[in-house]
Amino acid sequence: MSSTTAPALAAGTGPDGLSLKASLARAERRSRLVSLALVTPLLLFIVASFCIPLGFMLYRAIDNPEVAETLPATVAAMKGWTQGGVPEEPVFAALAADLIAAQKARTTGLVGKRVNYEIPGARSKFLKVGRELERAPAGGPWKPIFEKSDPQWTDPVFWSALKRIGQPMTAFYLLSAVDLRLDQTGALTRQVPDQAIFLDVLFRTLWISLLVTVSTLVLGYPIAHLLASLPPRHANLLMLLVLLPFTTSILVRTTAWVVLLQTNGVLNDVMVWLGLLDERIQLIYNRFGTVLAMTHIQLPFTVLPIYSVMKGISPAHMRAARSLGAGPVYAFTRVYMPQTLPGVGAGCLLTFILSLGYYITPALVGGPLDQMISYFVALYTNRELNWGQASALGAVLLAVTMVFYAIFNRLVGIDKVKLG
Amino acid sequence: MALPSYASRGERLTHAAYLGFCVLVFIFLVTPILVIVPLSFSSEPWFTYPLPGLSLRWYEDFFGNERWVVAIKNSAIVGFASTLLATTLGTLAALGLSRGNLPYRGLIMSILISPMVVPVVITAVAMYFAYALVGLNNSYLGLILAHTALSTPFVVITVTATLTGFDRSLTRAAASLGAAPWTVFRIVTLPIIAPGVVSGALFAFVTSWDEVVVALFLASPEQRTLPRQMFSGIREQISPTITAAATFLIVFAALLMTTLELLRRRSERLARGR
Repeated sequence: MSSTTAPALAAGTGPDGLSLKASLARAERRSRLVSLALVTPLLLFIVASFCIPLGFMLYRAIDNPEVAETLPATVAAMKGWTQGGVPEEPVFAALAADLIAAQKARTTGLVGKRVNYEIPGARSKFLKVGRELERAPAGGPWKPIFEKSDPQWTDPVFWSALKRIGQPMTAFYLLSAVDLRLDQTGALTRQVPDQAIFLDVLFRTLWISLLVTVSTLVLGYPIAHLLASLPPRHANLLMLLVLLPFTTSILVRTTAWVVLLQTNGVLNDVMVWLGLLDERIQLIYNRFGTVLAMTHIQLPFTVLPIYSVMKGISPAHMRAARSLGAGPVYAFTRVYMPQTLPGVGAGCLLTFILSLGYYITPALVGGPLDQMISYFVALYTNRELNWGQASALGAVLLAVTMVFYAIFNRLVGIDKVKLG
Repeated sequence: MALPSYASRGERLTHAAYLGFCVLVFIFLVTPILVIVPLSFSSEPWFTYPLPGLSLRWYEDFFGNERWVVAIKNSAIVGFASTLLATTLGTLAALGLSRGNLPYRGLIMSILISPMVVPVVITAVAMYFAYALVGLNNSYLGLILAHTALSTPFVVITVTATLTGFDRSLTRAAASLGAAPWTVFRIVTLPIIAPGVVSGALFAFVTSWDEVVVALFLASPEQRTLPRQMFSGIREQISPTITAAATFLIVFAALLMTTLELLRRRSERLARGR
């Protein structure tokens, strides 16, 4: 501070001649800017590398570019056509022009595939008529060529469906992700049974997560209690047994379970040797293996929050309850357990939320009926190449996760979660 | 934990059952990890006990096979690069977040933490779509950026936690003695929060080192990382080389975590000393 400051302060002005209040406000503004400048690089990075891709994926769940982009003239021509009948020659001419262009650009299959999602069998009809149009004499008339190619081209229901599929945005994928669809008249109905698999997958995901959460609680509550009530020297040693698996990579632990659970693996060996089993049983590639491996991986996530809450409960409470005449069970359920509930809530919610997104472990240890939503997101991205469906399933998984995360944040708060 | 001397017979029995149950749970927790390590030293390619004989052949295969060596190298490259980036960005952000006068702090914090909350498959698919548009798929840079995004929340949380115990009057003192902001940071702040920064960096490294889902989507065989190589190994035909790889990862993780624990103790000691 300069020597002129003191008299200036006395006069109510800062060194720069401003009033003290203005000077303070200015300093605060500057300090806020510094804070912002420190945070901005990471904020920009996360927005660019993570948030924008995420938003882009969510947009993809309603984006519907195939028909609108490949058949632009048809979509425009259909604007003037009222649903209910079969369009006249101008619409067919537009479709013919679009399809001939699509044949050149080799995009007929693409648009056929998109229509095929909603009208099974459409893809081959698009490819067939595409080939026929290329060979047809220029100048039309076009409608007879379509009529001859397949009766579907003169089906009014098909045309109303095509008009809907030509919209630039669609609810199709999102509806399909919860086993709903718009029927050919545009009314909301249930998905046809052989394609209605996603609600099953969603409930399976919730059910497996619940099973894992309950198992971790049943296994974890007693050991959290033991860890919290032992003298620190012993507790620290046992804590290592919890932290060792916690810090080992999920992939390594999943590998270990694959090795252990194999039909001629260690666990079957031990059970046969102990005489518990006459024959080796299938422990892997089923629900049992999946839940077991996931429980093992999630157990520390449930135990640690419960432990840290139990650690803060004074043992005097139990002693007081007992000395006032409560039996051990009564004292435990009425005095001790209610106090542990915040930890139980935190641990269980954490495990439940993390379980919802499991992919690796069910993929390696589970059977076909144990795959969770994540698996189908990956499947539709890599194998089926139906990115709209992958994005819609991702959106559903994200929504479910966010609901439980919001509950978690309400009850616990993300910044209260300790690492290690 | 001892029972009081007035405990009834029923209570003693219950207590014994409770202790027995706990022992079983602890066995359940550690067995998978303890079982897989010896199997990697087996002389035969099947997973049985007792071991038919001891051999280092799976380690020879692991460290001699080009696929595995490339995978280790890739994991190291991506891990170090993303750790460096995540630690720098994360520490800066944590400093800004804990100055206490950041507008929209809650909102910003939840954006910065979001990569940790969103299920990793969704992150992977979203990045796969978006990175393809800008030509980042199948490149080291794409994988490094993706891993950085996944690890920064750990750095932010760890360094923020360290900074809550940080005495601001120290930086004010340094500034009033005429130190420029950068000098204050270098000479006063950084040495004090260093354990937190190093823990954050270790967390970031482990995140990248263990990450498999994003690597499955974004990396071509050329950028195949160690977990990704293991994943395809388990899927195809599980060979004992995978147990050697797993053991290598366990030892590596144990070393990192020991370092973390030592750092935590040091900062606890410092906090108590103050």
